[in-house]
Amino acid sequence: MIHIKVAFLLVSNGSVGAKLGLNFGFFNQGGVVSDTAIERSRVGDFLAIGSALLFAAIGALFATAGKDLPIQIHGGLIAVAAALALIYIITHPTNRVADRAEGYFDGPIRLATLAAVMWGVVGFLAGDLIAWQLAFPVLNFDLPWTSFGRLRPLHTSAVIFAFGGNVLLATSLYIVQRTSRARLAGKWSPWFIVWGYQLFIVLAASSYVLGVTQGKEYAEPEWYVDLYLTVVWVAYLLVFLVTLWKREEPHIYVANWFFLAFIVTVAMLHLVNNLTVPVSLLGSQSYALFAGVQGAMTQWWYGHNAVGFFLTAGFLGIMYYFIPKRVERPIYSYRLSIVHFWSLIFLYIWAGPHHLHYTALPDWAQTLGMTFSIMLWMPSWGGMINGLMTLSGAWDRLRTDAVVRLLVVSVAFYGMSTFEGPLMSIKAVNSLSHYTEWTVGHVHSGALGWVGMVSFGAIYCLVPWLWKREGLYSMRMVEWHFWLATIGLVLYITSMWVAGITEGLMWRAYDSLGFLKYSFIETVEAKHWPYIIRATGGLLFLAGSLLMAINVWRTIRGDEPVDIKDQPRSAAAPELRPGVVAVPAQ
Amino acid sequence: MASDKHFDEVTGTETTGHVWDGDLRELNKPLPKWWLYVLYACIVWSIGYWAVYPAWPTMSDYTKGYWNYSQRAAVTQEVADAKAAQDKYRVALSQTPLADVGKNPELLQFALAGGQATFGENCAACHGRGAQGGVGYPNLNDDDWIWGGQLDNIQQTISYGIRSGHAKTRDSAMPRFGLDGALDAAKIGDVANYVRSLSGLEADKTAAGRGAAVFAENCAVCHGADGKGNQELGAPNLTDGIWLYGNGQENVVTSISTGRGGIMPAWDARLDPVSVKMLAVYVHSLGGGK
Repeated sequence: MIHIKVAFLLVSNGSVGAKLGLNFGFFNQGGVVSDTAIERSRVGDFLAIGSALLFAAIGALFATAGKDLPIQIHGGLIAVAAALALIYIITHPTNRVADRAEGYFDGPIRLATLAAVMWGVVGFLAGDLIAWQLAFPVLNFDLPWTSFGRLRPLHTSAVIFAFGGNVLLATSLYIVQRTSRARLAGKWSPWFIVWGYQLFIVLAASSYVLGVTQGKEYAEPEWYVDLYLTVVWVAYLLVFLVTLWKREEPHIYVANWFFLAFIVTVAMLHLVNNLTVPVSLLGSQSYALFAGVQGAMTQWWYGHNAVGFFLTAGFLGIMYYFIPKRVERPIYSYRLSIVHFWSLIFLYIWAGPHHLHYTALPDWAQTLGMTFSIMLWMPSWGGMINGLMTLSGAWDRLRTDAVVRLLVVSVAFYGMSTFEGPLMSIKAVNSLSHYTEWTVGHVHSGALGWVGMVSFGAIYCLVPWLWKREGLYSMRMVEWHFWLATIGLVLYITSMWVAGITEGLMWRAYDSLGFLKYSFIETVEAKHWPYIIRATGGLLFLAGSLLMAINVWRTIRGDEPVDIKDQPRSAAAPELRPGVVAVPAQ
Repeated sequence: MASDKHFDEVTGTETTGHVWDGDLRELNKPLPKWWLYVLYACIVWSIGYWAVYPAWPTMSDYTKGYWNYSQRAAVTQEVADAKAAQDKYRVALSQTPLADVGKNPELLQFALAGGQATFGENCAACHGRGAQGGVGYPNLNDDDWIWGGQLDNIQQTISYGIRSGHAKTRDSAMPRFGLDGALDAAKIGDVANYVRSLSGLEADKTAAGRGAAVFAENCAVCHGADGKGNQELGAPNLTDGIWLYGNGQENVVTSISTGRGGIMPAWDARLDPVSVKMLAVYVHSLGGGK
């Protein structure tokens, strides 16, 4: 009964502001856990139990009354996941001793880090398989489930949302605590965010293999999976915001601006682009609300800003914490970080139409998409300058620390692809590059070079810090990973430049009588060797990620590092570093 | 924490005074000048672009820009120009009887170039880029024609297809001797041996001997008593060593059992008459035209 009384008190006492202040006050009382905090936590338990029951009921409904096989399978998955969560919550109720919430809340972060490594390997593997399929179509195996059309969204979702998303969850929840000197808000919510996100990944991936899709690139999951992700994402936003709210630092660290911009904008993009009308509330099919050129514009407003806010803003947040932390140098320029942050997020949101040059999209929208992409060049480079110049006074670390090399090379690739992007948005260039492999190469110089490398660097930093180790198991393996990934990446990008420009020129070649010089199939044949080189590059990148998985695993297992002398002081967990002044959360 | 200003000795710069997580600081550096000027230049360039090209939506219209550019108008013009450049030949081709195209070298060159381009985009998917064909898709370089290799035969095949469902399609159906039970497996094996022996392939002589009688009774009506086929019916010549579905005993048995019945689409709805004409000239020129 007592929890109901507390809830009643919370809603009946004072203004909203006072209530919020009161709430956050409870968290900040550190050391001694007040009776009221325990009661609030118990309310949390009941809310968690209620949510799990609700999810279990919805899952059971889909599983039993669903109108098609995919939604029945998904209902079963949701019900089982909710039931497991329910059992765990009930067997781990709040009690006074165990729940003396102290220090930082790192369990969900460890989970997300492991998930990132695992999904990374899966996503790279899927990518390399489909790369070989393009060179050798026999590798489609003549099965619907393993065909390029179904595996391609599996690859993109696995690397962007599963790998990238888990890296973002891990790093943002880690960084917001440290730079706010505050424990993550909530008891069950952070766990729900990370486990709930894994369930989303499983639902999405199984959809593609079963042939269920909305047909929207990078937004393939159907309406009920979208709704479910919305719930997870709102929980993420709230946990992040409340943690910031109760921070002990007067200023909000720059990484957190980027993370917040990423979380809020992705929520907006996700909601608008996925507006659909389900055929049935028990079926997996739906129709998009927007059609024709409006649909295309909405899709690419979403698609481009998924790049801008998921793969850029979020990962800039990672850069702004891990580079200065690892090299132990100040950020190059506070002023530059402010100006490039606001100009980046203001300009990015306009750039989507450059994906639709020379289509039914009106001229004026194409113009805006192109010019805003050009204006975006320097705001993007502001991040690159701030990242690279943070090494002022510590450039030697590039030679001695392979983790720093991963982080710095990632920033260099960020600079390269944010120059190439505006270049390709120019209509004259786009008329050659559009629909060719050049686009694929451009995406991957950003994805493998920037997002991949900065994530690897962050994971190599995070693992010893989270598992309280003196350093990584092996720095030599990081060296190998760095070179495998870099060489793979260079093979990938150069082969796709060659393939893209070749086919672009072949498409527009006319003979003297005004007839097309090449048939389509000849342009496909011309890409055979570039395809093989690209897939080989991908194989090297995949091999590097396997080394990372082994290295991470051995570090976590607590194996004696083989080359601890080659690792910098900042490789060790903060608690194990002599003379480090990091102040723990209260 | 504003009092926590710190002097970074390496760069000789003051920090902003903010400190996070023990050691995260920021230098109080100005914006790099070149960075700022390039940003301004990009903005100025964009404003200039907006002034001359369509750029901003208004309540019911959009700003047209000084040059009054329209992508739709530009592409319409380009297409019209391209058409005009070819018009001389296209008009001539539409007025020249198919058989006479070859008499005008300039027109023939145009028709061959156009035919090749049209072939690459429409026919190569099945017949191969070099018209070399494949299993089930005839080689168009040889002089073996199922439905006739005269210019007008080829034109008709391209226009209306084979078993395409078009009202004027070329149509014939070889019976499904095995599937419909007209012949048992032993007889099909015999007749396959016989058919293979017609073009000099090694075959079981006794079986082929038995097969000759079966052939005369069931196959000769279309393929001819001598097996040389009948182009009126689309019945292939079985004696020339050219095999659409392969020359192995099993391939021939399958052909007899199922009747095959390959399909070629009709192109008259997709290609204009001049393109079909050019295609006919091109295919005819490939080596086997009669």
